[in-house]
Amino acid sequence: MTGDRPLIDWAWIADHLDDIVLRTVQHLWLATVAVVAGFIIAMALALLVRRSRVTYGPITAVAGILYTIPALALFAVLVPITGLSLLTAEIPLTIYTLLILIRSNVAGLDSVPADVLEAAQGMGLSGSQQLRRVELPLAVPLIVAGIRLAAVSTIGLVMILSLIGDEFGGLGLFIKEGIQTFFATKIYVGAVLSVTLAFAVDFLFVRLQRSLTPWIDARRVGA
Amino acid sequence: MTVTATPAGQPATGEPPTDDGSARGGATVEFRHVTKRYDPGQKGPGAVNDLSLTVPAGKICVLVGPSGCGKTTSLKMVNRLIEPTSGEILIDGRNILKEDPVELRRRIGYVIQQIGLFPHQTIGQNVAVVPALLGWDASRRRKRVDELLATVGLEPDRYRDRYPSQLSGGERQRVGVARALAADPPVMLMDEPFGAVDPIVRDRLQNEFLRLQGDLAKTILFVTHDIDEAIKIGDLVAVMRVGGVLAQFGTPEEILASPASDFVARFVGADRGLKRLALFRVRDLELTPAVTARVGDPASEARQRAAADPMPYLLLVDADRRPIGWIAETRIPRDGTLDESLASAMSPLLDRNTTLKDALSMMLDAAVQAGIVVDRAGRVEGIVTVDAITAWARENPGEADSIEAPPA
Repeated sequence: MTGDRPLIDWAWIADHLDDIVLRTVQHLWLATVAVVAGFIIAMALALLVRRSRVTYGPITAVAGILYTIPALALFAVLVPITGLSLLTAEIPLTIYTLLILIRSNVAGLDSVPADVLEAAQGMGLSGSQQLRRVELPLAVPLIVAGIRLAAVSTIGLVMILSLIGDEFGGLGLFIKEGIQTFFATKIYVGAVLSVTLAFAVDFLFVRLQRSLTPWIDARRVGA
Repeated sequence: MTVTATPAGQPATGEPPTDDGSARGGATVEFRHVTKRYDPGQKGPGAVNDLSLTVPAGKICVLVGPSGCGKTTSLKMVNRLIEPTSGEILIDGRNILKEDPVELRRRIGYVIQQIGLFPHQTIGQNVAVVPALLGWDASRRRKRVDELLATVGLEPDRYRDRYPSQLSGGERQRVGVARALAADPPVMLMDEPFGAVDPIVRDRLQNEFLRLQGDLAKTILFVTHDIDEAIKIGDLVAVMRVGGVLAQFGTPEEILASPASDFVARFVGADRGLKRLALFRVRDLELTPAVTARVGDPASEARQRAAADPMPYLLLVDADRRPIGWIAETRIPRDGTLDESLASAMSPLLDRNTTLKDALSMMLDAAVQAGIVVDRAGRVEGIVTVDAITAWARENPGEADSIEAPPA
């Protein structure tokens, strides 16, 4: 055991700042790719639902089933096909964002009041103008709420990617190494930083949503 | 009874919008055998059955009827939010069913009950929606927004940069009207535009709307379920019944005076005689001259004058001929002069623009036989009696045969 070592070895942290920054950035990058890919797919599906409501049931059913597949099982299936690649790492992460993002995007588009849509159509906005100028801006609060959830849960999931290979480890690699070498400092660094990262990203999206929806604050300030 | 009338003096074409304000004038809107049927199971606001009517340019046509009578469906077929099953709709002789719906809608103002302002855009942006779609540059849009906000009674500097959620219901409704007017469309469609505001605000908005229309002379199709609103607002009223059948089309006066069927009579209400009085004003009557005496006049002379008139009362006025009150003939002293303490009763004060319905109501409320008509300065012009109004109603049963709007 390493009983003579302190719980947190500040000297090790100071010596490995480069590594810590690198892996934090990598962690963020791995999560970002998954959320962006998931968001694009989910938005395309939400627009399909907007056109044809009957697709909503089947789409959420499939996304729900995918959501229940354990990550390890997915890796096991994917490795023979896509190898130990970035693709193998990102596919499960992306899949897990879909259920949340499809639902929040559809809920966002559904939240646009019917009278606003009728007025938009009646004034001569074309279908795509209604979407771009009216529906998407008004859907922002719910869309961003979905992205916040997906981002936080994906940042947590990235921790397990170190199972596929060290190059996809992110902050999870610290924990893997910490466990293997009984070095607590690494475990703490990995855990604390990933939680901090999740909080920071969540906070950023809250700010982003506020700046995109000034009309919501205006209501509170009043006339 | 379908009225196929010619435009009454208004230019028949919508002039293009100008930089310095609104072009005056509307366009003729014509329904020709328009039918809308819904397939079983298909949802829709009400079918329409072989509707033919013509709204002359610059007139307000109110579509009124119970729910399910197809009034809203008829309205929405004009901007093609609903497509007719058969028939033609023409604006200035052009069949709109052959036009691009999106282009068409930009030339037609549209106001709905729930207003439908864009919550994420400022009032200025909301008003400028159609001008922006039409590609107006920013300075022209801005100028138009300020002009329109002022027109509907909202101070541009105070309202331009606010969001809809910061406005009251009445203010939002004004913005809705301003937005519909933005690109100066010759035709406006209004679907129960004042239905969601309280009665006091509604009355004010109606009056402002009529004043505005006096300047703009748009062709307006206006849907309501409220017959009183229809009578007040409409130059022409189309009463519809369930199934989308046109029950009667004519001026408010015609509809009140001679309902075409039991349905119309019932819909207009048992009080249609009273409602008709709302269409006419004190100035339509011949005023009865009032026997007056000024404060300070010799009593004996006043007594003589009162005795010469069948009315047993004398109206006491001040030096400027403003009314003070009635003096019963029997209470006029034999000598001395008249003073204010002699006046015992007062009548409601009317002016030439008071509707006969309001005048009658005020007299009934005050339990008196006569109202005093005063001019702008409050000087006595004459009196109107309950008998004069009922006599007038007897002599004017309202066999109007022109589509000319009643004096307003």
